[in-house]
Amino acid sequence: MSGESWKEIPIGGVIEKAGNSKEYKTGSWRSNRPIHVPDKCIHCMICWIVCPDCAVKAKDGNFSHFDYDYCKGCGNCAARCPKDAIVMKTELEAQKEDEK
Amino acid sequence: MSAKRTPRALTGDDAVGEAMRQINPDVVPAYPITPQTEIMHHFAKYVANGEVDTELICVESEHSAMSAAVGASCAGARVMTATAANGLALMWEIVYIAASTRLPIVMNVVNRALSGPINIHCDHSDSMGCRDSGWIQIYSETAQEAYEHTMMAMRIAENHDVLLPVMVCQDGFITSHSVERVDVFEDEDIKKWVGEFVPKYTLLNTDNPHTVGPLDLYDYYFEHKRQQMDAMEKAKGVIKQVFSEFEKFSGKPFDFIESYRLDDADTAIVALSSSCGTIKDVVDDLREKGQKVGLLKIRVFRPFMPEMITTALKSCKGVAILDRSASFGGFGGPIFTEVRSAFHEWKEKPHIINYIYGLGGREFTIKHAHQVFNELEEVKKGNLGIKVRSLGSRE
Ligand code: SF4
Ligand code: SF4
Repeated sequence: MSGESWKEIPIGGVIEKAGNSKEYKTGSWRSNRPIHVPDKCIHCMICWIVCPDCAVKAKDGNFSHFDYDYCKGCGNCAARCPKDAIVMKTELEAQKEDEK
Repeated sequence: MSAKRTPRALTGDDAVGEAMRQINPDVVPAYPITPQTEIMHHFAKYVANGEVDTELICVESEHSAMSAAVGASCAGARVMTATAANGLALMWEIVYIAASTRLPIVMNVVNRALSGPINIHCDHSDSMGCRDSGWIQIYSETAQEAYEHTMMAMRIAENHDVLLPVMVCQDGFITSHSVERVDVFEDEDIKKWVGEFVPKYTLLNTDNPHTVGPLDLYDYYFEHKRQQMDAMEKAKGVIKQVFSEFEKFSGKPFDFIESYRLDDADTAIVALSSSCGTIKDVVDDLREKGQKVGLLKIRVFRPFMPEMITTALKSCKGVAILDRSASFGGFGGPIFTEVRSAFHEWKEKPHIINYIYGLGGREFTIKHAHQVFNELEEVKKGNLGIKVRSLGSRE
């Protein structure tokens, strides 16, 4: 297990720096990945509202992309999208497609 | 010159209430439970009379008492509380959290049997049950000691090399409700000796906001536990230091253990708390008759001091460990297992047996101490017989 020795970390589990949850990349939990289908998207931004991890990114009021560093693959966005413009793929499947 | 003191007639609970008044902690969350209730009776009176400026929080259960203590301590307050038996059991979850969050809370535990069947009298099953919780544990023989240990506990807990909570224990009813002579120090002297609490972290420090009690999984939890082990190790040095400073202040020596006529002892009893007074009487009596007997009183049970204990018992051929709590299905009570294991490397070690005694307030009298020393005469020859015995139960 890598990381600091017990001698180097604050005692009692105290986290000395505020606003550090950014450093916790919840994307590593993901086993299913949301994939955006631009042709079907009407930019209603419901996915942006329902994402519990602020992993749906908007640009100029429109859907922009998923932030996969934090998207933990819960599938809320896909379940709520009124246009089936988000499909959930297994990470394995998605990674295979990435490799192509 | 040692500090001025005035003799008073106080019960153990009075004495601790008095100690708390003199310490004047910032926050005391409390819930009543026999035989601890009187501590808070006294303390609540001091709060009502404006003799202390403590915020007394009357909570709805011990779970809440310890939770409020944790919250206040995280905020940077000096926090004290008190409990007993089932109250301590109800606190359990938070007792561990207080220690692992490294909060220097001082709690007086008035030792009482755990139900069931329902019993309100003394034994040590409550505090012994949380011997692995990460709290320092100091056991008091008398009301005087409960008073003095409470003062010292505050300094030990708040030392930045330690930052661990401390439990100061005294025997329910036997000590807590019996009136004894207690020498009380002057308020001003105690105030000066205990000093101001300087917290390491405080949630009220808005310039440096920080998080307490976060999720701590397999990647860091172990390191935090490792730090707790280290803090207990460091506590040994700090306790020694505080004892010697208190000795300078009071003129009275303190140590992790008290060796009573052990130097050339053939047989000895190891015990905690009020029973030690009874045993000392019997030791004196038998010594007068020429029998080489002694007592080892353990004052500090956490951190445990194996070398100190074995060295103190080195002349003994037979030793009886008295446990006022049972470890059902275990190999004897908690003090027995630890003392016996501390002797493991010794080539010439005493024969050691265990007595479970005094459960649920069953009386421990000079008759019982005599019985133990008698039986040790056989044990010291190597005729151990039953290793874990029961003392004072109807067989
Ligand atoms: S919910 Fe569906 S349609 Fe609406 S913005 Fe998101 S992906 Fe596009
Ligand atoms: S799968 Fe969950 S976490 Fe990922 S973008 Fe959709 S709602 Fe957010």
